[in-house]
Amino acid sequence: MIGRASTEGLLRELAPQVLGALVRRYRDFAAAEDAVQEALLAAASKWPVEGEPDDPQAWLIRVAGRRIVDQYRRDDARRRREELAASWSIAPPDDPVPGRDDTLILMFMCCHPSLTPAAAIPLTLRAVGGLTTREIATAFLVPEATMAQRISRAKAKVKASDEPFTLPSSGTRTERLRLVLHVLYLLFNEGYATSSGPDLARTDLSGEAIRLARPVQAALPDDPEVAGLLALMLLTDARRPARTGADGALVPLAEQDRTRWDRDLIAEGVALIIELEGEMGEYQVQAAIAAVHDQSPSHAETNWGEILALYGLLERMTGNPMVTLNRAVAAAMANGPAAGLALLDGLDDLLGDHHRLHAVRAHLLELAGDINGAFAEFRAAAARTNNLREQHYLTTKAAQVKPMTSTDAVRPTTD
Amino acid sequence: MRFMLLQNYGEVQSGAPPITEWRPGDIKAHIEFQGTLNDELVASGELVDAQGLAGPEQAKFVVSDGKSAPVITDGPFPESKELLAGYRLIDVDSLERAIEIAAKASAAPGYNGEPIRDAIEVRQVMGAPDPEV
Repeated sequence: MIGRASTEGLLRELAPQVLGALVRRYRDFAAAEDAVQEALLAAASKWPVEGEPDDPQAWLIRVAGRRIVDQYRRDDARRRREELAASWSIAPPDDPVPGRDDTLILMFMCCHPSLTPAAAIPLTLRAVGGLTTREIATAFLVPEATMAQRISRAKAKVKASDEPFTLPSSGTRTERLRLVLHVLYLLFNEGYATSSGPDLARTDLSGEAIRLARPVQAALPDDPEVAGLLALMLLTDARRPARTGADGALVPLAEQDRTRWDRDLIAEGVALIIELEGEMGEYQVQAAIAAVHDQSPSHAETNWGEILALYGLLERMTGNPMVTLNRAVAAAMANGPAAGLALLDGLDDLLGDHHRLHAVRAHLLELAGDINGAFAEFRAAAARTNNLREQHYLTTKAAQVKPMTSTDAVRPTTD
Repeated sequence: MRFMLLQNYGEVQSGAPPITEWRPGDIKAHIEFQGTLNDELVASGELVDAQGLAGPEQAKFVVSDGKSAPVITDGPFPESKELLAGYRLIDVDSLERAIEIAAKASAAPGYNGEPIRDAIEVRQVMGAPDPEV
């Protein structure tokens, strides 16, 4: 649910509808997107002081439309003006197409195949999410000028593709939708991985991913993968309150205080996947796994057999060795550590020196009682991860499985 | 992915003399190159930060046991070639792109306008873990 309590919430809700209306009228995504951003900034400073206009959407369309026309007037190219005048005359005065479809079309444009996720994500946040460049820059910890350039280059690429402002044709629709879902998934993961408790200065990227996924799901209610992704996000986000300790350290699933999980999000996520019919997709299977965890009273009472079967299904669908890693954990929980370790044996060639292979092997060796092996693998994983909190966790685990005695510790001589 | 590109004093493979012994035109070209590279990286949406550090003459080493007064060592240091001269913090799509930018920085014009061939240290900054599946 998007609250109208604040101007900010209202502006973010209206942003894609206003942008959709302008792109339809002026047929210039890049210019319309700039104009909408300016109108949103104007509204954000004006409305809290002067009050909201009677029809906020119409106000934004009018102000953004004026900016776009001003920009065109400044444009020196005569040809450009002539083209534009021609396009005005054929554009219908009011567009009856509902905003929900515009949001979906904008999602397809922003998650364009010519863009890397690093470019598609900020563009989506600005054009569809209604966030300001500054907010996005802060969320990704880069200077505003750098982020502005990244968004502007992304728009130039979309523009160069010369795509009409309509839904992709049925031939490319499935593939394009997969890209939209992938971008939303990465955005969610970015937020989930970097969040550390209440951090008011940074935009909640996981929350943004969920907010952006909702209208996509509303527009495509029968698509099982869209519902699967939204469910996966809700079911994962439900655990967020328990995922970090007071000191900001990661709390693994087995040790989380399950009374802190968000029951409303769990209920909503479960309801989304229960209703699904037909062939299972990847996001759906991942959501089903998350649902099993979320509905288990404790880590020990988890139905590991079901989780093992679901990872087996996901492994056959994706062929992804990372999935095999997770299946090995489930196998160890269901059938003992030896079963899990046996599954890891084939992964060295596929995953090489990946930190997560070391981390999983370390956990399973610890379960099997091989203290020296677990210690070495936790250390190896800690040295290879690129995430600081993961590194702290793995270093601590290594120290816990094999506490150093004073005679073990090698002290450098300093004097 | 974020990377730090680190430049040390003295890690110069071209064998050029220190910058203080260059001709003014060479110094100007070198400084302009750094500014232009930074502008390019802002325009490509990749620059997070770029700073040069004050010279090793002003460097201090501070050691403390947290109880007594810290021990402060002032320069000049015999090992000043190992000190950091400056850094760029970049946010790019891949390690390959980071290496490409490092190579560009390494070939900055130096003494007599020849590429200076600085050894650029490329280090990934800790970031978000990969997606779980």
